[in-house]
Amino acid sequence: MQTSADLLLLLIALTELVVLGVSRLSTCIRAIAWQGLFLGLLPIALSGWGSAHVFFLAGGTIVVKAVVLPRLLRWAMREAKVRREVEPLIGYLGSLLLGVLALGVAFAVAQRLPAVESNDLLIPVALASVMIGLVVLITRAKAISQVVGYLILENGVFLFGLTQTSRVPFLIEIGVLLDVFVGAFIMGIVVFHINREFDSISSAQLTELRES
Amino acid sequence: MNTPLLSLALVLVMAPLLPGLAFRTRALLTGRRGAPAWQLYADLWKLARRGAVYSTTTTWIFRFAPVAVFATTVAAALLVPLDGRNAVLRFGGDAVAFASVLALGRFALVLGALDTGSSFEGMGASRDVTFASIVEFGLLLTFSALAVATGELSLTGMFGAPLAEHAGALTAPLTLLALGLFALMLAECARIPVDDPATHLELTMVHEVMVLDHGGPDLAFILYANALKFALFSTLVFGLVVPRARWSAPASAAGLAAGLLASAVAVGVVESLTARLRMAKVPLYVFGSAALGGVALILLLR
Repeated sequence: MQTSADLLLLLIALTELVVLGVSRLSTCIRAIAWQGLFLGLLPIALSGWGSAHVFFLAGGTIVVKAVVLPRLLRWAMREAKVRREVEPLIGYLGSLLLGVLALGVAFAVAQRLPAVESNDLLIPVALASVMIGLVVLITRAKAISQVVGYLILENGVFLFGLTQTSRVPFLIEIGVLLDVFVGAFIMGIVVFHINREFDSISSAQLTELRES
Repeated sequence: MNTPLLSLALVLVMAPLLPGLAFRTRALLTGRRGAPAWQLYADLWKLARRGAVYSTTTTWIFRFAPVAVFATTVAAALLVPLDGRNAVLRFGGDAVAFASVLALGRFALVLGALDTGSSFEGMGASRDVTFASIVEFGLLLTFSALAVATGELSLTGMFGAPLAEHAGALTAPLTLLALGLFALMLAECARIPVDDPATHLELTMVHEVMVLDHGGPDLAFILYANALKFALFSTLVFGLVVPRARWSAPASAAGLAAGLLASAVAVGVVESLTARLRMAKVPLYVFGSAALGGVALILLLR
């Protein structure tokens, strides 16, 4: 069980590096869908099939993060007619470097934190996810990539939550999942509307307030 | 029985089979028949019997380059524990020697290419060195990860018995390292996502364009050295996936032969599945493969 959890966490970290290094939005979305799947399998790998709590948490995560949200993003991508990220503020090579750096920092920091969890990869990967999500959120210009960044960040928070699975009531977790879903859903709609108003989903244009 | 020398002989003999096998796999998967897998043996034999023609622009550097490439690659082969246990030559830090001996060969090849005075060759040399500088970074990163994992500084330790001891507990980082090293091999040996060995357009060539002016035995030396480098990297990748330190000598030799063939087939499969990257994207690809080594290193350091 422990090795499969390690493997899943590693795959989660790798999908984040893929998102950092790839310019094609459909690949980013596919990567985030895989990440959702790995994330959903993680509670099972960590604590076995045992409780209904774990089972529904895994099921809900997979349905929302690996199926529904990627579909929504793909729909937004099709509606807004964007294929790839054109000009990120930091190049792909630079952001990949930042991603590896984030992983390094996360592992260094996590060693100093009081460990509560038996799996020693969980907290570093969670920290790295939050940082990498932030990098994507800040450096990418297209609104869809920013949604992807937000999802990565949220997945990091979810990973933190997994350290506390036994202590957090099921309803709260499902509530968080619903929040994320609604958040990403609204963002998808917003992307669509931004595109209709401005003929582009580059968020840089949102700083101009005059009417065109 | 001296198994390192025997394995070395096996690799030296088998090396020309690998590029041919990769081509053959690619041809079969894309619906063509392709040349027989042993085509390179025939080519080498043909080239070895020919004379060479030298341009009046070139100096002794041009004639020296192919021999230097051949010699450095064979020297690199001496450092690799080909039988899974011991290399012919081993000393602390020979991993760095391995990378730098290969770099020396590349340096000679680049000088030879520049010596022709052709702008095409200069272009190829520039590209090759750009990519190689990142490949080398990735290679050293991979070796340092292995050094951390095994506590050894020589390739014999990193890929030999100490690795086999630790392999059970290190599945995740070793998988990452093997994947990264395989991707680096595609770049180092000028295979498809980075360079197309079968292209006929000088503008898109990287490695091939540097050897355009070489002919006869000189070209044979370079072709053979490339095949040997392919075999060496294949051995390293195979050594990470299947540590053979505890196998008996015949089993290890058979494993080596099977690993080389499997690696060539895998390269052929990758080459028929992926398209060549745009030149500007190649550094990102190489850096991405180096990043796999970096992640493994981070995992091992914690």
